[in-house]
Parts: sequence; C-alpha cells; structure tokens
Amino acid sequence: MGDASPTPQPAQAGQAVARDERVKDISRLRKMMIRPELGAITGTILVFVYFFLVASDTGMFGPEGIMNWSTVSAQFMILAVGACLLMIAGEFDLSIGSMIGFSGIIIALLSVSMGWPVWAAIIAAFVLSLMIGAANGYLVIKTGLPSFIVTLASLYILRGLTIFISITTTRKTIIGGVKEAAAGDWLAPVFGGKILTGLFSWLADVGVIAKFTAGTRAGQPVIDGVPMLMVWAIGLVIFGHILLTRTQFGNWIFAAGGDAQAARYVGVPVARVKILMFVFTAFTATVFATCQVMEFGSAAADRGLLKEFEAIISVVIGGALLTGGYGSVIGAALGALIFGVVQQGLFFAGVESSLFRVFLGVILLLAVVLNTYIRRLITGER
Amino acid sequence: MSETPLIELRGIERHFGSVIALAGVTVSIMPGECHCLLGDNGAGKSTFIKTMSGVYKPTRGEIFVEGKPVLFESPREAMAYGIATVYQDLAMIPLMSVTRNFWMGREPKKRFGPFSFFDFEKADRVAMEAMRSMGIQLREPSQAVGTLSGGERQTVAISRAVHFGAKVLILDEPTSALGVRQTSQVLATIDRVRKSGVGVVFITHNVRHAMAVGDRFTVLNRGKTLGTAKRGEISTEELQDLMAGGADLAELEGSLGGTV
Ligand SMILES: Nc1ncnc2c1ncn2[C@@H]1O[C@H](COP(=O)(O)OP(=O)(O)OP(=O)(O)O)[C@@H](O)[C@H]1O
Ligand SMILES: [Mg+2]
Repeated sequence: MGDASPTPQPAQAGQAVARDERVKDISRLRKMMIRPELGAITGTILVFVYFFLVASDTGMFGPEGIMNWSTVSAQFMILAVGACLLMIAGEFDLSIGSMIGFSGIIIALLSVSMGWPVWAAIIAAFVLSLMIGAANGYLVIKTGLPSFIVTLASLYILRGLTIFISITTTRKTIIGGVKEAAAGDWLAPVFGGKILTGLFSWLADVGVIAKFTAGTRAGQPVIDGVPMLMVWAIGLVIFGHILLTRTQFGNWIFAAGGDAQAARYVGVPVARVKILMFVFTAFTATVFATCQVMEFGSAAADRGLLKEFEAIISVVIGGALLTGGYGSVIGAALGALIFGVVQQGLFFAGVESSLFRVFLGVILLLAVVLNTYIRRLITGER
Repeated sequence: MSETPLIELRGIERHFGSVIALAGVTVSIMPGECHCLLGDNGAGKSTFIKTMSGVYKPTRGEIFVEGKPVLFESPREAMAYGIATVYQDLAMIPLMSVTRNFWMGREPKKRFGPFSFFDFEKADRVAMEAMRSMGIQLREPSQAVGTLSGGERQTVAISRAVHFGAKVLILDEPTSALGVRQTSQVLATIDRVRKSGVGVVFITHNVRHAMAVGDRFTVLNRGKTLGTAKRGEISTEELQDLMAGGADLAELEGSLGGTV
C-alpha cells in the first residue's frame, strides 16, 4: 500500500451533533399523507381520468351530462356535510334516511292535504326534524349508549311513524300535488328554484349550450339554470369547512370527538357540541328532503332509504376516522363527488349497474384501510 | 414560615360510603415550592388532589386559598382560583395539533363583522413561545400532539396550565410512564415552573424523582399523613422506608421532627 491510498476520514462529528438524533423532519410525502383529504383528492382525479377515457363520447361531459352527475353529487354532498361534522364530533346518525322521508311527508301533508301555505309547511318540517335531531343527541348523551344504537332505533321508529302518518291521513304513502301548492310561494323556490337562468339562456343564445328543438320546451336551453340543490350543497360545504377549521366551535368539534373527557376537563361543553351536531345533521337531511319534494312535486314515505350509509361512506372516503376527532368537510364533499360521478358514470359507460355496489364496497374498504394507516402515522401508535 | 400558603388543606377527610380514603390530611403549598406527595398504591394521593382541585368535596376539613376559606363546587371553580391539574392520560388529544390542544376551551378569537374566528396567528405564536420557554423546540405548531414524545406532551400540558394562570399546579404521576430521558425533561420543566413562583404538587411513587426536584415531602399512608419533611432533613432511604408503610416509623420520628 502506498501513501497515496486515502486515509479514511473520521466521521464529521460536528455535523452528527447538529442533527437531532430522534429523526425529527418528516418527509414531504409523509406530511402530505397526514392531510385527511389526500385520499379523496387522489380518488377524484383517478375517477375523472377514468371516465374521460371510457365515457367521453357518451355525453357524460356535455352540459346535460355534467348537470346529471353534479346533481346526484350535490345530493350526497348536502348529507355528507352533516354526517361529516357529526362523525368528527364522535357520533353517527343512522336516522337521516328516515328523517328525509319524514320531512318530505310532513311538507306534503301539511301543504297539500291540510291546505297550509307551503312556506309554513317547510318551516314546520324543519322545526320538527331539528327537534328529532336534538332528541337523538340528548338520548345519546343522557344514556351514554353508542349513537349507532340510539339512532338505529330512531331509524325504525321514524320510518314506521312516517308510513303510519301518511297512511292514516291520506291512505297513501305517496302524496303528490306539491308543485301546484307551491306556485307563487316565497320559500319554495329557495329549495326548488334555479339561479343564473339569465346566464344560461344567454349561453344558449350564443350557442354554447344547445336548445330543445322539439316538444313543449322547444326553444328553451337544455340547461336553464343552476338548481338550488347545488347552491345549498356548495353553501353547506363552505359553511361546514369554515366552521370546522376556522372557528372556536370547530376546535370543540374536534375535541369532543377526539377525547370527550379531556375536552370536558378544559371546559369544552361537549354535550352541547354533540347535540348541536345532531341538530345540524337533521338540518341537512331536511334541506335534502325539501329540495327533493320541490323537484318531484311529491313526497313518499319511503324516500331516503339507505341515505345514512351513503352519507357515511362519502365521509369515510373523504378521510374522516370512524372513531371521531379527525376528518375534513372538503374531503367529505369530494367523497360525495366521487360517489355521484361513479354512480352516474357507470350508467353513461353502459356498465352493469349492479357493479356499482361492488365498486362502492371495495372503495369503502380501501378508504378505511388508508385512514387507519394515516391515523397511525399521526398518533405514532402501532 | 411567615408567607401565606397558596393553598392550605387542614384535616381533610373523605369517605366513599364505608371506605375512608382520607382520614385527616393536612398539607400546605407555598409559592415557588415543589411539594412532593408520596405514598403506596391506595394511600389516597389521587383522592387528595381531586379534593384539592374541586373534583371531590371533602367530607370534613377546610380549604384555604391564600388564607381565605373556600369551598370548591366544581373543577372549574378551583381553576378560577388558579388551581390547575395535569392528568397524565387525559391531558392531550393526540389527533389534534399542538396549537389546537394548547388553546382547547379557551381559543383566542378575532372578529370579522358579526363573525368570530379562531385567531390562529396569535394562537400559533403564543403556543410556540410557551413551548420554547419550557425548553421544547417544536417543528411547527400544526404538528399533531400524537407525534410528540410522552415527556413533550406533559410539557405542553404543563405550559398550557401555567400560561392560563395556574398558581398551584398539580401533577398526578407525570413521570410514571416515562423513560429516563423524558423523565428528566419533565423534572426540568417542573423546576422551571417552580422558579416562576408557581407552587407545584408532584405526585410520584418514585423517591428518586421526588428527591431530584422536591422542596418538601409529604408521605401519605392509608389516608393519613405520616409527616412532612423539608429537603435536606430526610434521606432517600428514609423516605423509601416511610413509603413502604412506615414500618420504621419510630426510628424516623426524630428526623421528621415536630412536623408529624
Ligand atoms: N370513587 C371512589 N369510590 C370508592 N372508593 C374509592 C374511590 N376513589 C378512591 N377510593 C378508595 O380510596 C383509597 C385511596 O385511593 P386513591 O386513588 O386516592 O389512591 P392513590 O394513592 O392515588 O393510589 P395510586 O398510587 O394507586 O394511584 C383506595 O382504597 C380506593 O379504593
Ligand atoms: Mg392515584
């Protein structure tokens, strides 16, 4: 060996000391992983890319197609906002589907069968279902039972009562004629109306969107405005997101779901927060129901079936933890979007519709596994 | 001592049905001292500090805050008197950020017209400062508490209590689940807090932890005080024996002096 062979340098001691021995900097990727919406954002991109590839020639991304899947997504979104905040607060509400049927029947019954003005019927439906929401919350808090069980009971009680009320008063489970009753009402258009109608007829005039060429609506644009359903969806998502991430109350929602006892110790009114979230969930269910009744012009006692699970699935796809204390309204809204786009997209693509359920189950499983993994990243538990 | 104690509890008894958890305990906490409360399992330490922090009402006995007799109706009321407790497992919510935890229940707000929002700018700044003054360098205030070590979590909880005006800080076994390094971190935090004039009540099973920071030591046994000793008046071995059940009580009477 000659002198030329390099002598091994001693490790740079200074450098080694400067670094914290507990590896403290998290990689960029890991940090991004810790955002609750990440899975939903990725999922949304994948879903859109997929349908662009398989269904772009079917009209899915034409004006009518877009209106079709965004209406369905907006429906899911409205329910997902309520379910999301409630889940982050540590509770579930399985009765929102029944609440939809109930509110709808109340509106139709009061306005059509009993001749109330539609605005009064809508307000009455809201008051009743908010009270039911509060009762759900109160029962969960007072009994200390899991909300899963308490609201499962409400699911049956409310559905049964709805059918019972409908049958005993009108001998039917479907009550029509709401459109006629709502003509000229001031509150009905807030749920059943459309906005930007001027913009859309202008767009049709300049040829951006097509007009009907035949039938009773010949000459009118195929899309004549943005339905209030979507306005409610976007409004509720913005409201929920700001409430959760930017306010004191939002911090209390996280705290109530993260660890109710720890929250109580520092003076967070956990019971009030949870009950209010049950009330808010009931509110979103009634918004959904009212929009639907105004759109269809009728109410049916069996409306809203399985909606509670669809809302929960949207929320979980959106990155919320079933155990509470963690989640995102934006994520839940994207979850609802994925839900709507896939459901309608498979229809456009001509895929057997039963496969939608298969897809849903698989994506739910994936989302839960991903969320659990992210939870471990955050809390460091094994 | 001529100073008035921050809080003084005299002849506290607490019964749970037929169980007598406390049978006349007298303890006082001075400003700037670390008062260690020692005792075997079931000695009544937790029951005693819960009485001090307003969770339980004493069956018998009196509580004085800065010389005035008080009766705590709730933990909130005790907190309003500056009595703060850090519970080991219930202190922090792991999924929430350090800032959100630090301000939980007392979020700073800023108004925009009729709306009021969580003032994150202020919240982050103050939380970071409070951590730094306790010797913890956080990566960022939005870091989830779950990513902190057990010792760091205790420190966040302690600095939160101090920031919100604790005069008496009660720590129920803050070091029992910690390793050597994290324990010394918590002990250093206790030392800092004490130097700022807060009275610390430090509950532990570990005599060495107590000896490291304690100014006075009170040993509880079966709901009674075996005595209070000042630092330097008692050795680690003597304290250990006392805790073991006061078997050698007679032998120790001398060293405990008239304080029994
Ligand atoms: N809520 C209660 N109801 C009935 N008995 C109780 C209650 N709380 C405490 N006790 C009893 O009072 C005694 C003192 O309990 P305490 O929890 O204060 O002990 P400790 O000194 O904190 O013990 P450890 O070191 O194990 O924490 C025990 O015998 C316990 O069983
Ligand atoms: Mg104890």
